[in-house]
Amino acid sequence: MKYLDEYRDGEITRRLLDEVARTVTRPWTMMEVCGGQTHSILKSGLDTLLPPEITLIHGPGCPVCVTPLELVDKAVAIASRPNVILTSYGDMLRVPGSSRDLFSVKAQGGDVRIVYSPLDALKIAQDNPEREVVFFAVGFETTAPANAMSVFQAKRQGINNYSVLVSHVTVPPVLAALLEADDVQVDAFLAPGHVNAVMGYWEYEQLVARYRVPMVVTGFEPVDLMRGILMVVRQLEEGRAEVENAYTRAVTREGNIPGQQLVSQVFELCDRKWRGIGVIPMSGYRLREPYQAYDAERRFPDVATIETSESPLCISGQILKGIRKPVDCAAFGKECTPQTPLGATMVSSEGACAAYYRYGRFERAR
Amino acid sequence: MMGGELGTDFMNDDNTLNLTGWTCPAPLRNYPTVVLGHGSGGKMMADLIQHLFAPLLRNDLLAQFGDSTLFKLDAAGGAPRLAISTDSFVIHPLFFPGGSIGELAVYGTVNDVAMSGATPLYLSAGFILEEGLPMDDLGRIVTAFADAARAAQVQMIAADTKVVNRGHGDGLYINTTGIGVVPPGIHIAPDRARPGDRVLVSGTMGDHGIAIMSVREGLAFDAPIVSDTAPLHGLVQTMLNITPDIHCLRDATRGGLAAVLNELAAASHAGIEFDESAVPVNMAVQSACDMLGLDPLHVANEGKLVAILPPEHADAVLEAMRAHPYGAQAAIIGTVTAEHPGIVLARTRIGARRVVDLPAGELLPRIC
Repeated sequence: MKYLDEYRDGEITRRLLDEVARTVTRPWTMMEVCGGQTHSILKSGLDTLLPPEITLIHGPGCPVCVTPLELVDKAVAIASRPNVILTSYGDMLRVPGSSRDLFSVKAQGGDVRIVYSPLDALKIAQDNPEREVVFFAVGFETTAPANAMSVFQAKRQGINNYSVLVSHVTVPPVLAALLEADDVQVDAFLAPGHVNAVMGYWEYEQLVARYRVPMVVTGFEPVDLMRGILMVVRQLEEGRAEVENAYTRAVTREGNIPGQQLVSQVFELCDRKWRGIGVIPMSGYRLREPYQAYDAERRFPDVATIETSESPLCISGQILKGIRKPVDCAAFGKECTPQTPLGATMVSSEGACAAYYRYGRFERAR
Repeated sequence: MMGGELGTDFMNDDNTLNLTGWTCPAPLRNYPTVVLGHGSGGKMMADLIQHLFAPLLRNDLLAQFGDSTLFKLDAAGGAPRLAISTDSFVIHPLFFPGGSIGELAVYGTVNDVAMSGATPLYLSAGFILEEGLPMDDLGRIVTAFADAARAAQVQMIAADTKVVNRGHGDGLYINTTGIGVVPPGIHIAPDRARPGDRVLVSGTMGDHGIAIMSVREGLAFDAPIVSDTAPLHGLVQTMLNITPDIHCLRDATRGGLAAVLNELAAASHAGIEFDESAVPVNMAVQSACDMLGLDPLHVANEGKLVAILPPEHADAVLEAMRAHPYGAQAAIIGTVTAEHPGIVLARTRIGARRVVDLPAGELLPRIC
């Protein structure tokens, strides 16, 4: 398949693995930032083929995982109201809230619908003018332009029965928080290619200048990941710290400028709580003043006060920071499974614990 | 089809059934009501069967856990072995690329019967119609049903029709039960996979599930993806003509290839290893799965089977399958192992190994 098979090719991957093995002389720890990268690494078993000097740790870039439990509880509360259609990307539906998930709300009569784009949600709002349609706007910068577009269009077309429950987070502040933390030992980052496709990588140059760590913009297929890893290893071995782009077929330095303009027209930066990590200053988006009428927390003010705490057994904060591995957790695969997740990283198939559970528990436990 | 293992907490000390009432065990307690995931062929459904249905309905015949159940009308005598299977069809939409609920209701049950090596002979059907279903639609569906029964050479010998109030059904539901006769000398069962056996699939994986998703979710693909709904008993006969010594057969419906391999590995207390790149997948299905964040190994089929048989017969059976119209893209994908019993491993395209698990519940598209 053109543009796909060549990036999954076993032969090219092995050649890149050999090149990494020839280049590496010392132990290095690198973090793949995005949950999609973690998923691909574990699905292909790439981590088991790397030279022993290289340790991959799985970063905080899974939107489903880092969405705070209380946002799920808010979505559940909104979806349970009569007159509401709650729309969401599919994988948020199975995330357990503190009492139940959105699938259960649906089973008990709530109108919960999976959409593939917030513009589909907006269409549902147009088709159901007598109902309140809420979109659960979760994600990193990747999904922000589409979410911003839905609010922009709602305002422009006067679709006033549409609102968004916003839980948007951004990558550079969490990387800075990780680099500031004393207990995080990361030598380099594989930057999240799809976020970079939207935002470019000029922001990452500031991080590299400040913290002197290599960052390589990296894609998602095995060959993409190996190219990223090889470029990181070369930088580390040569003592360089730069932003490099191993995902040139999708990413430019400037990114998607119309997308960025739309995002900054509709959203502004704000403090955001990350599941498993805590509040990071100016790490997410909220709607700007002219669009706040489309904020579901304003439209349903009783949900704005919901606060929820996490299971004490869960070490997902340390896993998201890369200090510990899923198999280090006493609850892993026992109290905590993809069916009964205790915390962030077991929740989505992109989460490090869920990916370990699904793809790795046999090989990596040996 | 029922999957999963039986617990014993519902048995009294003298090995009789404890009928004091069903209490909700832990895996179901998270869900005070039924959710869609309980019907999706994955872990949640296995939990539901293991913890609710099996304790209350258990008997030795049901414990076979095949696609169909084998029984005799005179338990000890020389009567032929019969295979029975029942299945309910609640698919939405009623019409989809490659077919409709009509042929699906015939082929789904015929295939379950055929997976014991039986020749399907008779069919019963219950049609539950929703008030407001267009008569034209019903006519097209029953025509498809009748054509499919003729093609599968099964005779319908009992039928029922009910109408429910508007809003109490999704247009039309069909339940069918099929009965067939198992020829002597054939012993196909989910617990018969042995180390060294080869694992075969009869064609491309995931076509039906993606075809349904494309119409249900309004996703348009450049290359139309068509359901693979088809009767498989002819293919099974072709395989049995090469050797009666086939150990396991399953049609890879809900939960896809991953669910079937996990069920067979668990039932046989054996491991399974297969080569991911040997599994045939249509290019359009692979692209759709990549876009939606799904794994073709988890996506449903309606005209594909998985076979496990001794290595010495594998090449001949494969050749016969490929000569059959419903097995043209058949492939040998892997081997049964003595190591890691109950666990299914895939060798990935880049030469690593990973665990292939049951899908958890509903297949959900990922955010990004």
